[in-house]
Amino acid sequence: MTDTALQAGSRASGGSQAKRQIVMDRAFQSATAFFAFLVLVILGGVFVSLVMGALPALSTFGFSFAYMQVWNPVTEKFGALAPIYGTVMTALIAMAVGIPISFGIAVFLTELAPPWLKGPVSTGIELLAGIPSIIYGIWGLFVFAPIFQQTLQPFLIDTVGQLPLIGHIFAGPPYGIGIFTAGLILGIMVLPFITAIMRDVFETVPPMVKESAYGLGATTWEVVWKVVLPYTRVGVIGGIMLGLGRALGETMAVTFVIGNAHRIGKTLMAPGTTISAAIANEFNEAVGELYISSLIALGLILFFITFAVLAIAKIMLMRMQKRAGG
Amino acid sequence: MNLYARRRLTSRIALGFSMAAAAFGLFWLVAILWTLFYNGLTALGADIFTLSTPPPGIAGGLLNAIYGSFIMTLLATLIGTPIGIMAGTYLAEYSRGNVLGQTIRFINDILLSAPSIIIGLFIYGVMVVPMGHFSAWAGAVALSVIVIPVVVRTTEDMLNLVPASLREAAAALGAPRWKVIVLIAYRAARSGMITGVLLAVARISGETAPLLFTSLSNQFWSTDMNAPMANLPVVIFRFALSPYQDWQDLAWAGALLITVTILIINITARMLAGLGSKGR
Repeated sequence: MTDTALQAGSRASGGSQAKRQIVMDRAFQSATAFFAFLVLVILGGVFVSLVMGALPALSTFGFSFAYMQVWNPVTEKFGALAPIYGTVMTALIAMAVGIPISFGIAVFLTELAPPWLKGPVSTGIELLAGIPSIIYGIWGLFVFAPIFQQTLQPFLIDTVGQLPLIGHIFAGPPYGIGIFTAGLILGIMVLPFITAIMRDVFETVPPMVKESAYGLGATTWEVVWKVVLPYTRVGVIGGIMLGLGRALGETMAVTFVIGNAHRIGKTLMAPGTTISAAIANEFNEAVGELYISSLIALGLILFFITFAVLAIAKIMLMRMQKRAGG
Repeated sequence: MNLYARRRLTSRIALGFSMAAAAFGLFWLVAILWTLFYNGLTALGADIFTLSTPPPGIAGGLLNAIYGSFIMTLLATLIGTPIGIMAGTYLAEYSRGNVLGQTIRFINDILLSAPSIIIGLFIYGVMVVPMGHFSAWAGAVALSVIVIPVVVRTTEDMLNLVPASLREAAAALGAPRWKVIVLIAYRAARSGMITGVLLAVARISGETAPLLFTSLSNQFWSTDMNAPMANLPVVIFRFALSPYQDWQDLAWAGALLITVTILIINITARMLAGLGSKGR
């Protein structure tokens, strides 16, 4: 009799215990879902707050905001063309510098480096990604720009700048700072990001495929160019787009060295501005609703551009992952 | 030159370029660190840690900025980490294949690389404007928005590495799902998750753009979270662009402090991740 009573008791407490655990389970799952949903809310919030902030400027200037070049706080006429131009040009220069070098480093890490060298070089490049952008900025302004102004820039102007057709974009006086300098600094900044992804996708190539090419007598370079690269193309493009997204939105490194001039120079050597640099420089000094609103509208444009680029990057990398998994 | 010699030569040149590229990348790391130490060490003295930012021409330090950076980074980490871990848990444990999970993963990866200045504008719109003034709270929240995606990503990745057999073993002993996750999966993924938090801390310690319009800066010592607060990145930004030599020196000292701190955190995180993967 005591036995059955004990059993009944334990079954009862077991039942309530199980019930409590079910409640806890539901609560825990709902809590995690809530916070996961918060991530969506943040992105939505970013979008809504930018649109709200940009509304006065957009309703005043309409669509012309995107293609007007004037930027005059006194007469309250604002157009985004010069910053958009600067953003796109600096990012393109950064890609022209960053892509080949990242590719070289990734090839070095996956195909050439002896195992003892691979770790340190990899870590070194990744630490480059850890250096905050303001350090690149202050370093670019005080160290790189003066050296660049006295050596490489006059050389470029005297050689490439004299060529017909493309010469004029490298012509002009050597300021040291300007769109070209900002592009170079950005190129160094995006190196580690592109390199990391290229290295990772290169490592997904099955050794069998590479060994077959070597077996047919291919040189190391031919294996990289004709086997590894075609196999990983989607992932490589994804990595490049990710780097491009970084370069487009980078603020502090650019703000120091771009020169902050709201105009589209005839040459890449001239000072200019980018969307992020314009916001960083002028936001706290901006007076008047329209001025602030115009700066936020610039931010909205940057948001759209980077969102599109990063979304493409992510889709490319997802396709790569799917293939590596299957 | 025959075909074979030409192919070999092409390969040599390309591989030579590849080695040069690796050397080029490392060169910048060394060059930047060298100038930081060269310029920063001369300005680095006891004053840096005992005095607040001075007016030009008077001896001073970075005490208020160091305190502000520390407090805002700490608060941002405290706000962002639990949110990030919970969201990452949802993605890894509960969202198998559902659309919500995939959308959140996608959006999170975009937030991970989103320009930080836009985060600054966002917090300016939702906190600074309604409150009517810049504040350290706004700065901390802006930084926490940057912490969240980093922690979400690493938490999900690390939980996915925990073998299913471990979860099944716990479930077979009668553990409910939340206990399996909290007591088993978290424990197995612990070192990786801590690595993620450390990387997030390293990332926000140097962020300048989101603080420009949120916490702003403060020339004086202040512990008031409802007022503008000094912080190293914004002080570096202002002082470096100022015409005063002593301010520029302070900027270099601050730059050295931030970079060394971040590199130490990064290397610690790396070692921790290495230990974790070895233990497994």
